[in-house]
Amino acid sequence: MRGFRSGSGILADLNPMTAFSMTQPESSTERRSEEVPLPGPNVLRGWLRDMMLIREFEVRSMQAYQNRLAGGFLHVYNGQEAVAVGSIATLRPDDPIITAYRNHGHALARGMAPRVGMAELFGRIGGCAKGKGGSMHFFDAEHHMYGGHGIVGSQVPLGAGLAFATKYRDEVMDGGQSNHVTLCFMGDGATNQGAVHEAMNLASVLDLPVIFIVENNFYSMGTAIKRGTAAGGCLTDRACGYDMDATVIEGMDVLDVYRGMKPLVDHCRTSSRPSFVEMRCYRFKGHSMSDPRKYRTHEEEEQWEMRDPIELLAAHLVDQDQLTGEAFKQFGKEIREEIREAVKWAEASPPTPMDELYRDVYTDKWGLYTGTSVPEFLKRRSSDREDDNA
Amino acid sequence: MRELAFRDALREAMSEEMRRDERVFLIGEEVAQYNGAYKVSKGMLEEFGARRVIDTPVSESGFAGLSIGAAMMGLRPIVEFMSWSFSLVAADPILNNAAKMLYMSGGQFGCPIVFRGNDGAGGQLGSTHSWCVESLYANVPGLKIIIPSTPYTAKGLLTQAIRDDNPVFCLENERMLALTGEVPEESYTLPIGKAELIRSGNDCTIVSFGRPLYFCLEAAEELAREGIECEIIDGRSITPLDIDTIAASVCRTNYCVVVDQSWSFASVGSEVAAEVHRVCFDDLDNYVYRVHSDDVPAPYAKGLEQEMLPNARKICEAVRSVTYNA
Repeated sequence: MRGFRSGSGILADLNPMTAFSMTQPESSTERRSEEVPLPGPNVLRGWLRDMMLIREFEVRSMQAYQNRLAGGFLHVYNGQEAVAVGSIATLRPDDPIITAYRNHGHALARGMAPRVGMAELFGRIGGCAKGKGGSMHFFDAEHHMYGGHGIVGSQVPLGAGLAFATKYRDEVMDGGQSNHVTLCFMGDGATNQGAVHEAMNLASVLDLPVIFIVENNFYSMGTAIKRGTAAGGCLTDRACGYDMDATVIEGMDVLDVYRGMKPLVDHCRTSSRPSFVEMRCYRFKGHSMSDPRKYRTHEEEEQWEMRDPIELLAAHLVDQDQLTGEAFKQFGKEIREEIREAVKWAEASPPTPMDELYRDVYTDKWGLYTGTSVPEFLKRRSSDREDDNA
Repeated sequence: MRELAFRDALREAMSEEMRRDERVFLIGEEVAQYNGAYKVSKGMLEEFGARRVIDTPVSESGFAGLSIGAAMMGLRPIVEFMSWSFSLVAADPILNNAAKMLYMSGGQFGCPIVFRGNDGAGGQLGSTHSWCVESLYANVPGLKIIIPSTPYTAKGLLTQAIRDDNPVFCLENERMLALTGEVPEESYTLPIGKAELIRSGNDCTIVSFGRPLYFCLEAAEELAREGIECEIIDGRSITPLDIDTIAASVCRTNYCVVVDQSWSFASVGSEVAAEVHRVCFDDLDNYVYRVHSDDVPAPYAKGLEQEMLPNARKICEAVRSVTYNA
């Protein structure tokens, strides 16, 4: 299967007002056919919880930002939860992922403890990068989450490199066959960065097991896709140029995301070929906290909010008798409590001490620099697990 | 001891490390089938195969970033830039990602990687291909920069760089690749951050980095005929800078000239001068003189290019001027 050509009708969906109701493109329909079995109800309820957890984390991080507990830039993931949760659900735990600066959702979906993420926002020693990365730079070695990258598109060559490394280890060092998959996320704006195109070409030429996932939320900051991206209604065309399979997936429905991604991930694992996915989704909030969203209409926002990924999955589960209204409410209660605890924990975590200023610049000691160490949450890895299981 | 060309010494360092450590691989433009644009990697494809000696398309930003991603996962890439001039289009990955990954991830993801290639003018390549990147990149915390000047230092420093857990930039020079010198056959390392005394003299210290060492030696001979005995120090590394070795010499000679092939403003030379002023303030009999490339884009015409470089004539003039009151 190859990407779609311009003029196939998808161009009409350049307009975010209509894109969400688009009929599924042919090949995508194939991919999400009922042949792809869904996991059992426990797992689906787990996804619902994960998405609710991300949403609540973001709600509380916005509050914290307004209360000046968090500084810098804050880019929240509300609305796009299904993309991270549904696609990461198709991976093995040791498959690497990497993403851009709107990265809280990916980290949480990968298993980062919310308190560790929250402490990072607060600039505390307990944070996932000891308070030295901030909102845009979440890292989690334990969960194979390679960041959180602030420069648009910068993570995409790195993602190709992660895939290169897994393949190199599997084949050259272990003498076997490539059997890992890297998911490399980016926004639609990144598709206009040169580094992204270089990375896609390299991935194709070097047969790298990486899936480039464009989270197309139709706006690159405040620039609508039609204003900044030629043939923006057909981003998959860009992958065609690099001889890789390309698929459009409806990114608001986690079941669609999973069904679309599962065959791609499985194929990537065995074929060691890159592919490209356009996930059509919408960010419910602004680009960052300072964004008044004047470049789009209320009506458009409301239409997309009707496709809230949490509501969609909850409705599906209720419809299938796999969730009661009571249980849904209970989830909400538990998650609010969990995030409240995370905020409390983060507030109690000490501000990153001054000696950290000079640590991790180099691995070795030299002059002012004091060598490296790892964040607390990794040091306490085993006790964390016990907590999580409790 | 056997003699080896600079390019062969570099290759020996890479090959020995690749034999020793499976995580090490070589990647870059024309490094494999073409045997390297400057034949530094000649024969390596044959020995190590296409999985470890990897030709890339002309995508510096792409393959630099790719290699950094691989290094984050614990591999130890050697990335060849055909010229450091071309590294400018890879500024984001090499300065933002390689240099800062360890810090931004709170110590979780390091970047044990070597970027190497030709730096500096001297082959009539015109301005875009004649960059001296040392002063640009020395400004960035998180990087180490080595600048070997002989086949011996090339092998020892590059071996150490490949074993280093931090990103190391190795600045070579196309004009020196054919230069021969004694190189031990066995594997050895030279410490990064340690300068070396090349020539002893009591009258003036000359500190040099990379290729200008040869201009300094030429100048020292001429000055010796005039009765000025220069002490020459080869910096070998730019970051970390071995100010101790430099200062020990300057405190003895009381005069210092710094020779740096990059441009003068906010440069390696100005940094060394500032450090010497700070450390040797009471021992200096004059302020520190600096010799750089002239502040112009590198010209094509041979005569102009030679005049632009920190050549022996300029070094002689600087030494005579700085020691006028001796």
